[in-house]
Amino acid sequence: MTTPLIRIANLNKSFGPLHVLRDVSLDVTAREAVVIIGPSGSGKSTLLRCINLLEPIDSGSIQFETSKISADSRGAHLLRRQLGMVFQNFELFLHLTASENIMLAPMKVLGMDRDAARTVAEDLLAKVHIPDKADFYAHELSGGQQQRVAIARALAMRPKVMLYDEPTSALDPEMIKEVLDVIRELSQEGMTSLVVTHEMGFARNVADRIIFMDEGRIIENAPPETFFNGGSDLQPRTVRFLDQILHH
Amino acid sequence: MDSPELILQYVFSQPFAEAAGMTLLITILSVLLGIVLGLIIAMMQESRVAALRGLVVVYLWLFRGTPVLFQIIFVFNVLPTFGILFSGFTSAIIALSLNEGAYMSEIMRSGLQAVGRGQRTAGRALGMREWQVMRYIVLPQALRIVIPPIGNQFIGMLKLSALVSVIAVEELLLVANQTASANFRYLEALAAAGIYYLLFTTVFMLAQARIERWAGAQKRSRTTPKVSFTQRLLGVGLKQASMR
Ligand SMILES: Nc1ncnc2c1ncn2[C@@H]1O[C@H](COP(=O)(O)OP(=O)(O)OP(=O)(O)O)[C@@H](O)[C@H]1O
Ligand SMILES: [Mg+2]
Repeated sequence: MTTPLIRIANLNKSFGPLHVLRDVSLDVTAREAVVIIGPSGSGKSTLLRCINLLEPIDSGSIQFETSKISADSRGAHLLRRQLGMVFQNFELFLHLTASENIMLAPMKVLGMDRDAARTVAEDLLAKVHIPDKADFYAHELSGGQQQRVAIARALAMRPKVMLYDEPTSALDPEMIKEVLDVIRELSQEGMTSLVVTHEMGFARNVADRIIFMDEGRIIENAPPETFFNGGSDLQPRTVRFLDQILHH
Repeated sequence: MDSPELILQYVFSQPFAEAAGMTLLITILSVLLGIVLGLIIAMMQESRVAALRGLVVVYLWLFRGTPVLFQIIFVFNVLPTFGILFSGFTSAIIALSLNEGAYMSEIMRSGLQAVGRGQRTAGRALGMREWQVMRYIVLPQALRIVIPPIGNQFIGMLKLSALVSVIAVEELLLVANQTASANFRYLEALAAAGIYYLLFTTVFMLAQARIERWAGAQKRSRTTPKVSFTQRLLGVGLKQASMR
């Protein structure tokens, strides 16, 4: 077996008195799609933010490829170049057009020249199925289009992993599919993906593995077949959560 | 000589033209330095280091808590007793920019705060350094927000600059006063100075309107409200300039 791309061991994280992540351990292999589900406040976002050092961790370790991600943040920007992140609220840079959003980091961080960056942006906009929106600003795009630009922006840094934090939670129902389709296509092309979502259909069809988190712990870590069929193999808490969201 | 004729003669005379240039120079230099200072202070206010934030509080307290005129005279007359000697012009610039910085910091802070946390996080997540996030993401967006109030600060500073006549800087008011005291034609000398002030104020307002339109067009915002000349003059519909 190959070494995992990301290896998280006994990760703990508190915000003041609030213990948000408790002894979280998780391995993610290259090309894998891992879906993280769990009730609000269970620590899903915090886990993703710890992985790319947007939050400092208290104890435990996170390893990316062969190197340990240190708890001090001096090298954080170097690590983040290899991890793409997509946010619930898109967070497109409001003063830039779609293509400028995509070009900014390759130009300023990787030193790519403008023409090359422009080509990258055009290719990526085509990849997320909005080739004609290059010169539009965020407020001129629908939520689904904004989120696809945000995905393209992250991809422009050629990351080895994509972290998605509830990428469709802020979207109207009719736009959810277009975003999930892009995430699925990327995953099928071999992009290692960690996706926090409440979309169970997506989890069932796309995930190689599903993680269920509750109160800062990983309660369940199983392939989708086990997850959606195997009543007796699951923790009672997982069954209760699935009951709640599937029969609602 | 007729009044109108004398006024015109003053306006086009070398002393008045030079004094007007001095007024303009003091205004622009002080506001520009005030912007730099205000930005530094606004960033210090966001700092995690308590000592830096403490320093800012003391600075704001000193410069907002005393009259500008006091600050000008202090720099010019009191600092020399500690061996720090400046010319009238340098003293004027130092006092006015330090004062301006104390007010500009508030404008800068509101600009920085108007850029959401999520925008910075998104920049960091792309692997940008903190200064790159500031330079390429936060400042360009903050700039749009601070343009209208900065325009007002220019107009305010133009008027404040008259205060430095008390430390013998050869700006408009001083020259007008000196000219008048020689022949007691106060009306004409002050009218000539007034013409310059109004000219500069008008130019500032027109420039402000142009820059706002440019910033609005760049953002392609359809929501930027139109501000008429009268509104601009009266300061209605714009964020009020801080009162001193
Ligand atoms: N910066 C912070 N400071 C203090 N508390 C925080 C901070 N970020 C998150 N928390 C708290 O940590 C807990 C876990 O938050 P987190 O955002 O990771 O949950 P989540 O599983 O992503 O929930 P949701 O489904 O609502 O997004 C919550 O109780 C939250 O209030
Ligand atoms: Mg969350």
